[in-house]
Amino acid sequence: MKISIDGLHKAFESRIRLGIMSALVVNDTLDFNSLKDYLDVTDGNLASHLKALEKEEFIEVEKSFIGRKPNTSYAASKLGRKAFNDHLNALEKLIKNIAK
Amino acid sequence: MKKEQDYFRDLAEIRSMMERSSKFMSLSGWAGILAGIYALIGAYFAYGLLNSYGLEDNSYVPGTDKIEEYFPLIALFMLILVLALGTAIFLSHQKAGKRGERAWNTTSKRLLAHMAIPLAAGGLLILILLSKGLIFLAAPISLIFYGIALYNASKFTFEVLKYLGLIQIMLGLAGACFPGYGLLLWAVGFGAFHIAYGTYMHFKYER
Repeated sequence: MKISIDGLHKAFESRIRLGIMSALVVNDTLDFNSLKDYLDVTDGNLASHLKALEKEEFIEVEKSFIGRKPNTSYAASKLGRKAFNDHLNALEKLIKNIAK
Repeated sequence: MKKEQDYFRDLAEIRSMMERSSKFMSLSGWAGILAGIYALIGAYFAYGLLNSYGLEDNSYVPGTDKIEEYFPLIALFMLILVLALGTAIFLSHQKAGKRGERAWNTTSKRLLAHMAIPLAAGGLLILILLSKGLIFLAAPISLIFYGIALYNASKFTFEVLKYLGLIQIMLGLAGACFPGYGLLLWAVGFGAFHIAYGTYMHFKYER
């Protein structure tokens, strides 16, 4: 079960993963260090959350080199954008229900 | 299952992340105020230099086309530019530090890239015009291209920068219509409006 009862996607239960997706939907690509700066997390922590999103095929990973330094950049996939959008819609619905 | 306040916190986090990762919000109001002051002092000295070229007021008659004669003027404006940029970089660095961010990040790089192209094009055009003696166009064209740069950059930082850009473009066009007032309009655009903008930003976002 990937979607919980309230319509929210399990992959976005972690606020860090939610943050990663939020940053990636408004940027074409972001590299590891930029994401780390925005989220204020350790390398290992960020890497494991990115792995989880990659496994869901929500993000696309591209490894390259800048000079001799390896550089990994991340982009939101089509599937990832849709899932994020659905998640936002679900959140909106939940909040509307609270307001009623 | 999550609680109500969790939903709101999720939304707040999404919103803040989208903004932080797409816009550079560490521009300081003080940088605008100081840039305006440099520009006003610069305009005062430029006024003296311009008089020495023996230009007629309010006419489209070209001055000398020996570009060497304009070197003091070019040096003056380079000095203002370096001072204004240096101040903006220093203050942004400080402000970013306070916000727990780094000033040199994806958003500031994007902001600079989108400003640099119109500014470089305008700067080169002014040098070309000076080499033909068309000095009365220098001030209006710097206003117009700076305005375009600001308008362009406003997508990547505070949106009100857009209006500052539009004002500069209008002042530049007015300066092209009335060549005798080019420097005055330049002082209004780069001086007075920078100070007004910086003051507005400072009181709105930094207090």
